[in-house]
Amino acid sequence: MARWLARRLLLAALTVAIAITLAFFLMRLAPGDPLSRLGDERPMPAAELAGLRARYGLDQPLLSQYATFVVAATGGDFGRSIHYGRPVREIILDRLPASVLLGGGALLLTMLGGALLGAMQALRRDSPLDRTAGVVSLAAYATPSFWLGLVLAWLVGIEWRLLPVGGFRDPLLAPDAPWMTQVVDLLRHLALPLLTLTVVSIGAVMRYQRTAMLEALAQPFVAAARARGLSERRIRWRHALRTSLFPIVTLLGLWLPVLAAGSVFVESVFAWPGLGSLAAEAVGTRDYPLLMGVTLLVAVLVVLGGLLADLAYAALDPRVRPA
Amino acid sequence: MTAPAPSLLRRTMRVANGRAGAVALVVIALFALAAPLALPDPATQFDIVDGALRPPSAIHPFGTDHLSRDVLSRVANGARISLAVAVIAVALSITLGAVVGLVAGFFGGVTDTIVMRVVDGAMAIPRLFLLLLLVAAWDRLPLAALILVIGATGWLGTSRLVRAEVLRLREAEFVRSAQALGAGARRVMFRHLLPNTIGPLAVAAMLGVGDVILLEAGLSFLGLGVRPPTPSWGGMILEGKDVLQAAPWVSLFPGLAIVATVLAINLFGEALHRAAESRSS
Repeated sequence: MARWLARRLLLAALTVAIAITLAFFLMRLAPGDPLSRLGDERPMPAAELAGLRARYGLDQPLLSQYATFVVAATGGDFGRSIHYGRPVREIILDRLPASVLLGGGALLLTMLGGALLGAMQALRRDSPLDRTAGVVSLAAYATPSFWLGLVLAWLVGIEWRLLPVGGFRDPLLAPDAPWMTQVVDLLRHLALPLLTLTVVSIGAVMRYQRTAMLEALAQPFVAAARARGLSERRIRWRHALRTSLFPIVTLLGLWLPVLAAGSVFVESVFAWPGLGSLAAEAVGTRDYPLLMGVTLLVAVLVVLGGLLADLAYAALDPRVRPA
Repeated sequence: MTAPAPSLLRRTMRVANGRAGAVALVVIALFALAAPLALPDPATQFDIVDGALRPPSAIHPFGTDHLSRDVLSRVANGARISLAVAVIAVALSITLGAVVGLVAGFFGGVTDTIVMRVVDGAMAIPRLFLLLLLVAAWDRLPLAALILVIGATGWLGTSRLVRAEVLRLREAEFVRSAQALGAGARRVMFRHLLPNTIGPLAVAAMLGVGDVILLEAGLSFLGLGVRPPTPSWGGMILEGKDVLQAAPWVSLFPGLAIVATVLAINLFGEALHRAAESRSS
């Protein structure tokens, strides 16, 4: 077990290292460097530009830039944002809580809701309910998150005036308002982005869970439990559902990339101050260090998610545990 | 040994969802091909009399946009762009993925280890972020370059899929006998192994087209994909965003077009997937 774990950790570290390398060189594939477009809007003296290049280390050879970048990034230093002029790490830490709230909430709702709906579909296999849910889940998967966000913002926010359509808190709310009021305000702002992100990601989980539950129901232990005279309810919800949840756990690793990409669009539409909208802004302002910082954070999270899923799977299911 | 393609298709069409998806796809393809010929040309429509942001009516079933262009006509022209981008990009990534997977799986050893480690590393970065890194630096990415970068970021999953199939088939009797008869590596890979991965590749291509339609729409919505005045569904949704309150139809209809198209593709793709699986088992 210890050797398997060590090997798995080493592989994860290698994967992150390769991801960092790829990200660095992909970005440098483009013509010029991050500063070459700086003079477009307002002419800039060549000497000043050269000074800036030296400040950001862009006058060094590419390989030495790469080495500097890797050493700094390993220590959690992603450099300085060109647009904000502040360290990338600080900006990311500022934006992290909003993303964790939205992404974590969506992950929880997607997993719980998807597992429950998929299991119910499997228990009523080939019924009209199962078929309808199957098509609806495919349609949800086919819906662009930014479009759904706009439609909800238009209907719920603008037409019905039920919920705010942008931001994180009401600008008119007093900073010393009672905490209940503040929480309610936050939840009202969270509602639409959370709903959007959940709807576009729940379809795939439903489909996985339906398949897993059907497989679990076909296992011999279900027949054995029936033979032992256990109630159908207990068999379904205790025995079969528990077994069917194992495959869902492995989805965690697959799920983080989907959520990260979804957050870019949903956060942009609802002006949610998280990492997704930060990445979109960074592209708009050509803030390379910032975009790189967010990308690397996402890559590390994706690798960690995969690692955690493997560990959880091994812990839950003794059949795959290595000797 | 070649894959009996017609029987795969026939098996797919036996499923109700597969039929529904196929019919919808044919309708959408005909719409993309024929509708722009019959509808007013959005490029020459700017100064027409009935004005901008008109709600849906008999003359403009989907209304008009902020430049008084017919939204239905724009959706039809956008279909051509969005579908063409997706199909070409997926053809590119499926080809790349098949070649990488064949080479890695067939030769194995160090080649396989290195290639698959790089694939793992690249897959740690979500495809959207790979594209953001690639696209951010260009001011105006030409359409051909956009297709190229979308295609170049889409082969990773396919290479894993093909590699797994090749590992399964490498020791099979028909491969062994071909080698015993003196077939070279290239012949074994492309004449014997590749045809046996057609089923999974067809499924990956089908679902890949749906994914790329969503991805291109997303990039265009962020202002990084297809640029105006070239119509694309994602770009139209972006244009409608600023007039959401006054004219929600400008964003609504291109979005519905995306949902309908990707849903049809996924219905067909899933039926294809089941048909391919039942054949191989």
